[in-house]
Amino acid sequence: MTTQWETVIGLEIHTQLATKSKIFSGASTAYGAEPNTQACAVDLGLPGVLPVLNEQAVRMAVTFGLAIDAHIAPHSVFARKNYFYPDLPKGYQISQMDLPIVGNGHLDIEVDGEIKRIGITRAHLEEDAGKSLHENFHGMTGIDLNRAGTPLLEIVSEPDMRSAKEAVAYMRKLHELVRYLEICDGNMQEGSFRCDANVSVRPIGQAEFGTRAEIKNINSFKFVEKAINHEIERQIEVIESGGKVVQETRLYDANKDETRSMRSKEEANDYRYFPDPDLLPVVISDEFKEIVKATLPELPHAKKQRFIEQYGQDEESATTLTSSRELADFYEAVVKDSGVEAKLASNWMTGDVLGALNKAGLEISQSPVSPERLAGLLKRIADNTISGRTAKQVFDKLWNGTATADEIIEQEGLKQITDTGAIEAIVDKVIAANPGPVEQYLSGKDKALMALVGQIMKETQGKANPGEVNKMLIEKLKG
Amino acid sequence: MYNLTIAELAKGLRAGEFSSVELTQTYLNRIHQHSALNAYVTVTDELALQQAQAADAKIAGGDTSLLTGIPIAQKDIFCTLGVKTTCGSKMLDNFIAPYNATVVDKLNQAGAVMLGKVNMDEFAMGSSNETSYYGPTKNPWNTGTVPGGSSGGSATAVAARLAVCATGTDTGGSIRQPAALCGITGLKPTYGRVSRYGMIAYASSLDQGGPMTRNAEDAAILLQAMAGFDDKDSTSVDQPVPDYLADLNKPLTGLKIGLPKEFFTADLNGDMAATLETAINHYRQMGAEVKEISMPTLKMAIPAYYVIAPAECSANLSRFDGVRFGYRCENPADLADLYTRSRGEAFGKEVKRRILMGTYALSAGYYDAYYIKAQKVRRLISDDFKNALAEVDVIMGPVTPMPAFGIGEKLANPIEMYLSDIYTIAINLAGLPAMSIPAGFINDLPVGLQIIGNYFDEARLLNVAHQYQQVTDWHQQTPKGFE
Repeated sequence: MTTQWETVIGLEIHTQLATKSKIFSGASTAYGAEPNTQACAVDLGLPGVLPVLNEQAVRMAVTFGLAIDAHIAPHSVFARKNYFYPDLPKGYQISQMDLPIVGNGHLDIEVDGEIKRIGITRAHLEEDAGKSLHENFHGMTGIDLNRAGTPLLEIVSEPDMRSAKEAVAYMRKLHELVRYLEICDGNMQEGSFRCDANVSVRPIGQAEFGTRAEIKNINSFKFVEKAINHEIERQIEVIESGGKVVQETRLYDANKDETRSMRSKEEANDYRYFPDPDLLPVVISDEFKEIVKATLPELPHAKKQRFIEQYGQDEESATTLTSSRELADFYEAVVKDSGVEAKLASNWMTGDVLGALNKAGLEISQSPVSPERLAGLLKRIADNTISGRTAKQVFDKLWNGTATADEIIEQEGLKQITDTGAIEAIVDKVIAANPGPVEQYLSGKDKALMALVGQIMKETQGKANPGEVNKMLIEKLKG
Repeated sequence: MYNLTIAELAKGLRAGEFSSVELTQTYLNRIHQHSALNAYVTVTDELALQQAQAADAKIAGGDTSLLTGIPIAQKDIFCTLGVKTTCGSKMLDNFIAPYNATVVDKLNQAGAVMLGKVNMDEFAMGSSNETSYYGPTKNPWNTGTVPGGSSGGSATAVAARLAVCATGTDTGGSIRQPAALCGITGLKPTYGRVSRYGMIAYASSLDQGGPMTRNAEDAAILLQAMAGFDDKDSTSVDQPVPDYLADLNKPLTGLKIGLPKEFFTADLNGDMAATLETAINHYRQMGAEVKEISMPTLKMAIPAYYVIAPAECSANLSRFDGVRFGYRCENPADLADLYTRSRGEAFGKEVKRRILMGTYALSAGYYDAYYIKAQKVRRLISDDFKNALAEVDVIMGPVTPMPAFGIGEKLANPIEMYLSDIYTIAINLAGLPAMSIPAGFINDLPVGLQIIGNYFDEARLLNVAHQYQQVTDWHQQTPKGFE
């Protein structure tokens, strides 16, 4: 009999907070500057300098805590995490240990149509370290301290996930949330959203957890899934071949698609955490919490429900359109500007617009078609100036140019024929020229009607309204 | 001219009796003449004369700051822009600070003239000035004895008239103990009263900068310029700074003085006890009420301090790693070698001892037994003081168990050295303000009286000290050869 294995996963996610200046100094947090140009005396850890907490970072942490229904600690404490490393200027990182600012909360994820609640143990504020540069230094190492002191919120989940798929769903949901809250730009390439995964396996039915391995720094949704799946396989293989999983930190190598050991538990540092005497405890009053609460944006779940109710959307398109705050805002701007039926707008958004963006590899914020220009197009569909089919041509031109829908329709002569007399003449002509399909339709083959409509549309160069044509044709044939 | 106090000099400068340049040159000459005392690590002759010139121009323009043109010494723990800042260590022998400590900025703004940077125990760890990389500073009262520490250079400079006044810092007694051993006035303010920004940290929760002067009035003037909230130091307190000169002459009738019986035990030198008794009698004569109080937790102060201070210093000194500034060993083989040799070669014995103690106290498995326990003790000590200060206005006692000891006498026995701070350490743990004022001599060596007050009650301490200095002249004595 082969053992059935169950996977247990917990994630630690480092989100870089979108503050203008660093968590304990006034230096800028902007990405990509020349090395060491954004590191002030405090970031360099010069003798005598002292940290001063950035209030904006605290506000963002509280914002996050409120959004996941978490306990906000009225009193939280910064601690020093001691270890030596060249890119850690003070020889300790200012972090939070025993008393983090955000306590127990949760986030609901959806996998295969099932809603699952993932516990969030805590979220704490800390400063980022700098970067060691090993290239172009002729066997030496360069240090860039621009990133040193950048504020991070480390979000630690409960070991509640049971598959790589769930882990990715949780990570995506969190990614969506921090961007909704505008506390993190979510840019994974620049390291603004990084993930460490704690993975273990146990025989199904066993209550205790297996020994876990921590996989460090996995920086894309794709790699998280691959790294975890790889690690699950590795652990099962180790156990099934009579070995034991050891508690260790492993590094995922995306090129080789494997994890390899970084250090074992025995080699782990004793960080000698203790409260940082340079900083006072962070006191969060109920009043401050209320102020932050009042500024919370509509959260993804609430927005989705509202889209379903207010715009009559189905679950699927509501989910798609609320997957980011920018997309939802875009959609609502289109509906408002065009005044068209919400359904028409959502069909276009989830179909043509997202399709084109995907194909071009663009984000909604980079869309060449603005909400105003899309609204201009939808208005002409709604008032029957153009047909849906013609609209697709117009959309291509909107995408590739700067003209408005009205200008394109005018220039290209795409306006629909609204003169019923003219359409009637063509309908009569097509009926007379196609006795075969007419007979088939009259003998009950509804499909034959489509061939006739097609003929008429061809004759009108697509400028007739297909609905009208349909109606007129049926009336004439049955009449 | 060099026997005058700040207040007297300020008058003389304005009366045109002498210029700041003349005054500064006089002090610079004395510093070079008495370099054998080893009070200064760096003398900034040129900068001092520039500042003096600027001060003279300001005074001619009607400037009223009492410190304008007054030559002062900065403890070498305060970062000074463009000037070597060593903290008494080989580690920072090559460190030119790229910025000014807030205290330095404030004193510059007040118009003071910096003569140079004065010697200290390495990273402020020591009670004798013997741990300095630059060699021990000598006590001008007897050059075979120590000036105390860690602000020993400051105390010697003021006592030997090598500066009108000086800055000091006090983590466990480092202003008060050298002030007592050198016969000058020293004040450790309430924790948070003076900014720590730019003051190289030893034990962050205990460190506090303060004035070291000839008398209480000068201490009031210097503290006035040093104190105040600083948004660059989260632990500085945003509370208005009172006029410290305003209350100096208030009569002491009805002042309630508490004498903790734990201070006056057999551990205290008999001559010292007698000297203190005489001093207390002066207060009785001025109308003060004296009562015995008890503070049973005082005896736990030294062990608690020697857990907390080293724990904090073990992290504070991690930044001295040979990577970005300070000493770096020759040809490091790899990263571990760079760390071990840079730190091993540049830190002195006492600094290493405290880093090791602190690292041990914070280690997994020991943290609760040492660090947490020490914090609990600290709370008890604070409570003891709070209760006592609810009953009395000030607490008095000795500063040190005995007068200055011989150079080299206690170096081999760190525990004995640590015990010399037995009367001062508890005050740092509680964060209270305290002063040391000259109260007499034993075998021709000065001894001090300690006055401890409530939080932010520096004005009262200065008043109590000043009144004593109106009826005594211990503070006016000058060591032989330095008159």
